[in-house]
Amino acid sequence: MTPEELEQISESEQEAQSRTPHRVNVCVAAGCLSCQSQSVKDALDKEITRRGWEGKCQTKGVGCMGLCAEGPLVSTDANTMYKHVGAADAPEILDSIDGPPLERLICPTDIPFFTRQNKIVLENSGIIDAERIEDYIGSRGYGSLIKVLTEMTPAEVIQEVTKSGLRGRGGAGYPTGLKWSTVAKASGKVKYVVCNADEGDPGAFMDRSVLESDPHRVLEGMLIGGYAVGASEGFIYVRAEYPLAIKRLKTAIRQAERLGLLGANICGTRFNFRIDLRLGAGAFVCGEETALIASVEGKRGTPRPRPPYPAQEGLFGEPTLINNVETFANIPPIIRNGGEWLARIGTEKSKGTKVFALAGRVQNTGLVEVSMGVTLREIVFEIGGGIPDGKRFKAVQTGGPSGGCLPADVLDMPVDYESLTKAGSIMGSGGMIVMDEGSCMVDVAKYFMDFCMTESCGKCVPCRVGTYQMNRLLGKITSLSADATDIAMLNELCDLLKNTSLCGLGQSAPNPVLSTMRSFADEYKAHVEEGRCPAGVCKASQRAVNP
Amino acid sequence: MALGVANVFAKPTPPNQDKRWRLVDATMRRLGQHPRGLIETLHTVQEAFGYLDKDALLYVATSLRVPLSRAYGVATFYHFFTLKPAGEHTCVVCMGTACYIKGAPQLLESVQQNLGIAPGETTPDGKVSLLTARCLGSCGLAPAVVYDRDVAGKVSTQNMRERLAQWRTP
Repeated sequence: MTPEELEQISESEQEAQSRTPHRVNVCVAAGCLSCQSQSVKDALDKEITRRGWEGKCQTKGVGCMGLCAEGPLVSTDANTMYKHVGAADAPEILDSIDGPPLERLICPTDIPFFTRQNKIVLENSGIIDAERIEDYIGSRGYGSLIKVLTEMTPAEVIQEVTKSGLRGRGGAGYPTGLKWSTVAKASGKVKYVVCNADEGDPGAFMDRSVLESDPHRVLEGMLIGGYAVGASEGFIYVRAEYPLAIKRLKTAIRQAERLGLLGANICGTRFNFRIDLRLGAGAFVCGEETALIASVEGKRGTPRPRPPYPAQEGLFGEPTLINNVETFANIPPIIRNGGEWLARIGTEKSKGTKVFALAGRVQNTGLVEVSMGVTLREIVFEIGGGIPDGKRFKAVQTGGPSGGCLPADVLDMPVDYESLTKAGSIMGSGGMIVMDEGSCMVDVAKYFMDFCMTESCGKCVPCRVGTYQMNRLLGKITSLSADATDIAMLNELCDLLKNTSLCGLGQSAPNPVLSTMRSFADEYKAHVEEGRCPAGVCKASQRAVNP
Repeated sequence: MALGVANVFAKPTPPNQDKRWRLVDATMRRLGQHPRGLIETLHTVQEAFGYLDKDALLYVATSLRVPLSRAYGVATFYHFFTLKPAGEHTCVVCMGTACYIKGAPQLLESVQQNLGIAPGETTPDGKVSLLTARCLGSCGLAPAVVYDRDVAGKVSTQNMRERLAQWRTP
């Protein structure tokens, strides 16, 4: 594959697409697929054949369009989107191509949910066919790889990434450029690139959407990373719970190999790189990088103390670059447009955009990508459309089990790494769950503690025993049988876990408790002192408290 | 069964004549018959047979030259692996945060009453296994339930009962 050949594929793909004047895009990402979007696509195909419109109109299975709750979503070329489409609607949708839009199913695209987004990672989602590499190449795909291989040295690539100010999108926000240069400088016989696609946070589905909608973008990001740090082998560690993402990744890898974009002597240079998949097996702790490495090595996913960091001693004891899916997905546009371009978006310390999975008690649930620095209020009330059924907003939970619940009085805070940490939560991987007055915050804290307890790997005592004890104490509170000493004990345990656990799972496990105790102290008080649950969720139990 | 005291240099033979062992062998060969292929191999076994039994663990362990204890350790560490055969149908209730907020606990309680089993168990007639998931990533459709391989969104107690009743009628 030479730059000219890539250009040729791109041109012939664009030409082929322009031959059919009309296009009907059907979302075939997991959300809409489970609302039977495949049958909608089949019905449209059948109807096109029946009308003999093959030369005029084509359907395309595309990735996530964002508004998952309104699926199946279909868009026609006239910038019109339809929601809740059924197979029976196929003839009317095709009629609308030549006539007026189909009012009955129309989904307005001028609402803040669409207009307030800034799509960089998701630029191809909902537009290209994830199962065809040609479509990705036709949308400037793999152009950044070619540019890197033919025009840039590894040091220049790292410099560009550093200039962009990109920080790890997995949650911790470590500067990506710095990580890359550490791995590049590390000495080792071989080096590895690992993509962390073990999206374990409940309520988060950003990575799944990216992998299902635009898998080649992640491969391209990994290839560029491999070139920059001097690695020749990469692994994608993906959850076994995401069968569609796995299938599309496998397809993507095969296609890239076929075109010589993966393998030996890529683009006629001396750069070799192969990518292999490793399936997770349902362990939340494997999102932690050292546990993930153990799992890729075929062992139990237990973390180990750092240092040495994986950048020095990672997979199979060799220097390893580990980044999240979204981080790698940011790389191709950074190379294409330059680091300064990304650095202009966002806030002083958090650059670029972040993809959030907006869910829970909010009108528009789905996937949104916004510039760093927008406020939580904008996300929840403008993009999210507010709380349904006339209920009152109570809290928004970010960062999954490691994050916290943010109350109404911090809604005007800008969303960036520092502000969220200051408010007692974390950016996390991007799950954002909105809660209304019907949720009891103590119950929510217990929910997360139960999660951490079950997912604790058991290696270190503070986490293994501490999460169990905290869950038991929270169980006492939610069964309205706790007293003041229990609260004191809970506080003490929070402190203990935070300071003495081995890995991030244990250290951050108290966050949901701490953040709710701080912002919703009155609810804890009502449970303990008055023996009542303000939200009406917790009931007094006669049974012995069962953790 | 002989536990590893047999000739450790001999190539282990599959526990039986089942052709599905060829898939397992192929996975192990692809990964160089190396201990690091353990998890991938167990995935293949589970996909082919539905669960991991003692014979399978022993065969994989000896083939990859890891102690049986390590294979067992890995198989029990990860939630995705199961050591028991599943029922004819499986019903997975998602307990992710979004589903939890939107009523998954009530769904689970209702289905537990309906089937008379706890999560992780199978009905005595072997028809239905009940499981919970940490998060399916279908948060836009909360609360979500997976019936066999079909993800259903915005599930209510009522339509869940109906779906389960269909499975249980002979």
